[in-house]
Amino acid sequence: MSFWRNVTEKSWERPGEADELHSGVILEQPTRRMALRVFLCVVASVFFLLFVAYRIRMEYPDWRPLPLPSVLWLNTVLLVLASAVMQWTRSQVEKANPGPLRAGMVVSGLLTVGFVVGQWVAWSQLGAEGYALRSNPANAFFYLLTAVHGAHVLGGLWVWLRATLRAFRKDGAATVQGSVQLCATYWHFLLLVWLVMLYFLLTT
Amino acid sequence: MAYVAIADRDHEAHLHDPDTFITKYIWSQDHKVIAIQYGLTAIGIGLVALVLSGLMRLQLGFPDTFSFIDPNDYYQFITMHGMIMVIYLLTALFLGGFGNYLIPLMIGSRDMVFPFMNMLSFWVYLLAVLILVASFFVPGGPTGAGWTLYPPQAISPGTPGTTWGIILMLVSLAVFIIAFTMGGLNYVTTVLQARCKGMTLMRMPLSIWGIFMATILGLLAFPALLVSAIMMILDSLLGTSFFMPAMLAAGEIASYEGGSPILFQHLFWFFGHPEVYIVALPAFGIVSDLLSVHARKNIFGYRMMVWAILAIGGLSFIVWAHHMYVSGMNPYFGFFFATTTLIIAVPTAIKVYNWVLTLWRGNIHLTVPMLFAIGFIFTFVHGGLTGLFLGNVVVDLPLSDTYFVVGHFHMVMGVSPILVVFGAIYHWFPKITGRMFNETLGKWHFWLTLLGTYSIYLPMHYLGILGVPRRYYAYGTTDFIPESAMTMNTGITISALIVAVVQLIFLYNMIWSVFRGPKADPNPWKATSLEWLTPDTPPKHGNWGPDLPVVYRWAYDYSVPGAAEDYIPQNQPPDATHKTVDDHAEAVEQAPQDDGAPQA
Repeated sequence: MSFWRNVTEKSWERPGEADELHSGVILEQPTRRMALRVFLCVVASVFFLLFVAYRIRMEYPDWRPLPLPSVLWLNTVLLVLASAVMQWTRSQVEKANPGPLRAGMVVSGLLTVGFVVGQWVAWSQLGAEGYALRSNPANAFFYLLTAVHGAHVLGGLWVWLRATLRAFRKDGAATVQGSVQLCATYWHFLLLVWLVMLYFLLTT
Repeated sequence: MAYVAIADRDHEAHLHDPDTFITKYIWSQDHKVIAIQYGLTAIGIGLVALVLSGLMRLQLGFPDTFSFIDPNDYYQFITMHGMIMVIYLLTALFLGGFGNYLIPLMIGSRDMVFPFMNMLSFWVYLLAVLILVASFFVPGGPTGAGWTLYPPQAISPGTPGTTWGIILMLVSLAVFIIAFTMGGLNYVTTVLQARCKGMTLMRMPLSIWGIFMATILGLLAFPALLVSAIMMILDSLLGTSFFMPAMLAAGEIASYEGGSPILFQHLFWFFGHPEVYIVALPAFGIVSDLLSVHARKNIFGYRMMVWAILAIGGLSFIVWAHHMYVSGMNPYFGFFFATTTLIIAVPTAIKVYNWVLTLWRGNIHLTVPMLFAIGFIFTFVHGGLTGLFLGNVVVDLPLSDTYFVVGHFHMVMGVSPILVVFGAIYHWFPKITGRMFNETLGKWHFWLTLLGTYSIYLPMHYLGILGVPRRYYAYGTTDFIPESAMTMNTGITISALIVAVVQLIFLYNMIWSVFRGPKADPNPWKATSLEWLTPDTPPKHGNWGPDLPVVYRWAYDYSVPGAAEDYIPQNQPPDATHKTVDDHAEAVEQAPQDDGAPQA
């Protein structure tokens, strides 16, 4: 039943018969995936508002854009690869082929750790060049945006760590399928956020 | 892996079984216990805010009398009163309290879908409350920036609580938002995924619709508060200039430059306006159910009620700048927001008409919950109409900084939701505790509260039209505030103190009844919705015994023509109704023959 039919039902007209009862579910997907999607809406709201604030603050005359360290491009590649490997692992697991599960999880996780380290390198490069947090709003926004994004990546890595440890248990593969799917969705989402953020950081 | 609806899973009855006192009542994952924990914490901190308002009224009603209230204290009282009432009391009580209690019971589920996260949500909320309370005890005291926390004054010297208070406030808000997000994910997912068999969306009671939509609003709006809290903490602690402009502070050039206080206002009200509906929508939903049950009549225009909830929820995101008319905005911008603000009155008015039409020719039982529900219609219409005044830019500009606004928003967002909170507590008290409250005390509580709050807030509108400014600690002597206005202020204070004391009746009634009240019938109001049909009262862990309920009809089958009783529970199959209808018809046919011939 479509959402529209769901919310236009004239529920008072006729009580249902036992064999035609609605199952009580309108969106057929596992509960955890549903919750993750709702959560991603919340996170999207956080970043949307940060981007809006960024655009508004940018118009003020004291805004001095800072040069982006080139390591950010490497980081972007790492995150794209992490997301791609995660997706590949997921598709293998969904095809009931648990062989590459452990390798896939480890590789995508390490790529993501590489991304975090790279972000840290970018921060220290900027710091060494004198782009302090408080010296200009453009700097402050750069640090704030990357920190909030990084915090979400670290949160994802915590879930990844638990799932990967479980995958390495004896016959753990069967229990992590759901986690791999959730991780993949979350990784794609964070990649998307990162790309949008990079666009905003480049167009100052 | 094929998806199996939660209601169809056979291992569904398997739940963790709490056996010790700690797992049952402290670290409980049972939504009902968590709801009570949320509710008691919210009411506890709400009482603090009530005392603060009493102190403010003392100062306003009897200036130069109380030496222990200085201007700084007064601003701290205002700030903490507003913030606690709006967020830590109303939001937490409606969603954490009633949301937790009612969602699983009303939709026929055993619990929330993530019970552990639900438990965590409460404990993180408690942490937020404790951080907030801690700010009363730090050097400098709590922040006195006003509940809107506008920069630059929120973190500039001269405002009380700029050393510790504001930081604790912002951290507490951030922690609260984390707690709310954990709870909110539960409420939304549970409503969407864990309804029992037969419970279509449009068979859900309106309470659930209101709580559901309010949760979605909260999930999307609280991030704005989170973002602005983080940025303000950075401005305050690390000296960034997100919001802080170049300025002189206490005679010295501050180290900030170029920040935008207006940006904060936009972010704050992008959260702040939906927040009004985060509080109002659950109240709308609950009041609809109270009116329908106690008027023994189906809710008028159920679909319109649902759509109005959805429409109000959507519109609430595009009206925020009507709180900022005085910030000096582009006239076209103001025009846009005035228009959307007035448009939101349409679905709201639909709801009000439908409540009144639900009462019309109903079999009205003036029980305590019903009194509060009807009282809500009065206060809400009152507060809503003054909202139409303030929604217009030209009317808002002169009135914005006066007591008219105080009267308006306390009517619409203070008194109205609180009346629903009381009505809802009285209504579900027999289910929550298994005992009845004292009806007489309940009625006293209602009449004194309703008339008392009217005598507080109605005169404030007159003060506002006179031009008496709000937020002032003392007025001294001015030409435009006549002596009679000061007398009125004293009268308002006396009413406020009476109303505050009257709440002790409520507390006494509740506490006494929990222990000494007469045993309640499982369904004392003869209501149709599922929470009244549990095998145990109060419901045990898991709610439903071995089998989940099955729902055959909507939640408002009251006074159905031909039915044997004036209500048909949601879980009654249609054949059974036909049978009772037939039995009833037979009984009516046979009735004349039975006249005067009593049988053994």
